[in-house]
Amino acid sequence: MSSPLLILVILGLTLVGFWLGRSGALRANGGKTRGLHSLPGYYGYYVALWCGVPALLIAAAWMVSQDALVSNLVLAALPADAAGGDPARMTLFMTDVRNLAEGNIVSRVVDPALQAAADHYVSLHQMASYALTAVVVAAAVAGLTYARRRIVPTLRARNAVETAVTGALMVASILAVLTTVGIILSLLFESLRFFHQVPLTDFLFGLHWSPQTALRADQAGSSGSFGAVPLFAGTLLITSIAMAVAAPIGLMSAIYMSEYAGRRTRGFLKPILEILAGIPTVVYGFFAALTIAPFVREMGEALGLTVASESALAAGVVMGIMIVPFVSSLSDDVMTAVPQAMRDGSFGLGATKSETIKKVIFPAALPGIVGALLLAVSRAIGETMIVVMAAGLAANLTANPFSAVTTVTVQVATLLVGDQEFDSPKTLATFALGLVLFMVTLCLNIVALRIVRRYREQYE
Amino acid sequence: MVTTDQAQPKPVVMPLDGPVKIAARGVNLWYGAKQALFDVDLDVGANQVTALIGPSGCGKSTFLRCINRMNDTIPTARVVGDIRLDGEDIYSPAVDVVHLRARVGMVFQKPNPFPKSIYDNVAYGPRIHGLAESKSHLDDIVRFSLERAGLWKEVADRLPQPGTGLSGGQQQRLCIARAIAVSPEVILMDEPCSALDPIATARIEELIDDLRDNFTIAIVTHSMQQAARVSQRTAFFHLGILVEAGPTEQIFTSPLDQRTQDYVTGRFG
Repeated sequence: MSSPLLILVILGLTLVGFWLGRSGALRANGGKTRGLHSLPGYYGYYVALWCGVPALLIAAAWMVSQDALVSNLVLAALPADAAGGDPARMTLFMTDVRNLAEGNIVSRVVDPALQAAADHYVSLHQMASYALTAVVVAAAVAGLTYARRRIVPTLRARNAVETAVTGALMVASILAVLTTVGIILSLLFESLRFFHQVPLTDFLFGLHWSPQTALRADQAGSSGSFGAVPLFAGTLLITSIAMAVAAPIGLMSAIYMSEYAGRRTRGFLKPILEILAGIPTVVYGFFAALTIAPFVREMGEALGLTVASESALAAGVVMGIMIVPFVSSLSDDVMTAVPQAMRDGSFGLGATKSETIKKVIFPAALPGIVGALLLAVSRAIGETMIVVMAAGLAANLTANPFSAVTTVTVQVATLLVGDQEFDSPKTLATFALGLVLFMVTLCLNIVALRIVRRYREQYE
Repeated sequence: MVTTDQAQPKPVVMPLDGPVKIAARGVNLWYGAKQALFDVDLDVGANQVTALIGPSGCGKSTFLRCINRMNDTIPTARVVGDIRLDGEDIYSPAVDVVHLRARVGMVFQKPNPFPKSIYDNVAYGPRIHGLAESKSHLDDIVRFSLERAGLWKEVADRLPQPGTGLSGGQQQRLCIARAIAVSPEVILMDEPCSALDPIATARIEELIDDLRDNFTIAIVTHSMQQAARVSQRTAFFHLGILVEAGPTEQIFTSPLDQRTQDYVTGRFG
């Protein structure tokens, strides 16, 4: 039986289980709901869970391990010389077996040994599939029968179902944590490989970034230099410019929307501001490159400054515009959420609107506002497209907003574009960059949390 | 729905025997299209406690909020009529609402201390109105206000702690101290005890009685016992109309209007 069909069958059994549980509980209680420990539906869920969950878990575990198991069996059954000894060649051989079995193109001449292995592979899979169907359906039926048998009016079905739901919620949250841990670990291990080739100090404190390395020993080319300081400086520069644009505009528009604008004005202003967040960054990118960057250059030249055609200022300003809605929309929400009683209290003492906002609303909404700003910062740090198009790729170490700079994310993107070998420092450097970037944003978050906890004014 | 066109018994308003602090004449108020107050004529006596009573939705809180123009913060509210504080029309364009609210303080139904320290809560008003000459003067104002509100002994050693950490009754006294700190002439109280337990309520009632010497007080209350205990004069509102106003004792013992009689004896409301 194919796996989608099998899953459908199990779901069908689960439905039957629900119905059996529900009606069984009612019958056991003489058809009345009153007197049952739980509502009849809970008995249905109880049986359905017993029927569906174990069967689906077995099916999932089986499907994950089946191919590895079958491959091992096929390899074990091979004549000793067919695939050769070493694991790499065994893997290649298995790939061919699989391709042949599935009718794909095979990378070698089909010899009898390969053909035999492929036939063996097909038959094993066939068998495994039958066994899977049998085992899983048996598990579902067994669970169903067991749970159905247990149904008596005093069975605490509600408690059991709620425990199961709690478990499911817990698993969901653990999954998120595990994913994060997985990402961090993969960053960490790949970074360690990078740091075997390039010393940690060179990476963290080096002032020169030029990742091009010779691919072959006989090639003329630089040996590459991986000083990440210019990248982080560029990121910092562009992010600062972006925040210098986004924080005042965003906060002021949030204050206007939450405190001054009428309901109708707000109802139409806010969605429009939020549309800004929906514009693809590549559109912002060519807006920055084709409109803002030339404008900045002309302005700079009019003032007698040398301005590169791609400048940090152009990218930063456009990025700032892009993240305005993050600041304004979230800050507006938290300020609107400050209870009306706070405003009344302040107005009742003769405070003006502006005093009320500065001294009561803003401090009370501070945690949310800092959160909004942080979200905007992390968007700015992670933004790639605008920088690629408007600020260039040159890793200059400078604080001059009129020169071209590059950022961490842009370098990660350019290093991984096209065919790359994954053991050269050039590509591994991206993991190290990712790791450091992650560390930086983590620290930023921790510091901001501290600040918020220190200065927050909690209402209720 | 009652309209002014219908024949209504004239409100029975006993004249004040003392000086008048606030005089309201012909006050009508609309929330959008719905009229909430109809031709209210009421005097509030100086250094007296005036209680506004009546069933829910009768307009007593709405009337109270007219006196310091808190209804200005509601976009749909529209007031027509004449309210004078010491003879000065408070709805005249010449009046700055900020100054009016400094003269007419307000305490709300639910204690609403700012999420700031106890000290900053009380110092809020003096700071925005520039009442303190120096830090030590501000300290004095805070201390004096907390003493007047009967809270000083309880919070003297924890002024930097958040005002929201106090108990409900303490929070309400903090709000009273906060109102006193601006040295208003009138204090409006909108059901100040409805969120408090009986002991905290008793303390606030004692406090209201003490405050009468220095302030004119108007209090909205649902509790007729409270009105009888704290006020010298009572006004009974019903369906947006002022039905009867007079000395508290008379309102509760021998009201002149049948509706007042029914309400204070608990037959409706």
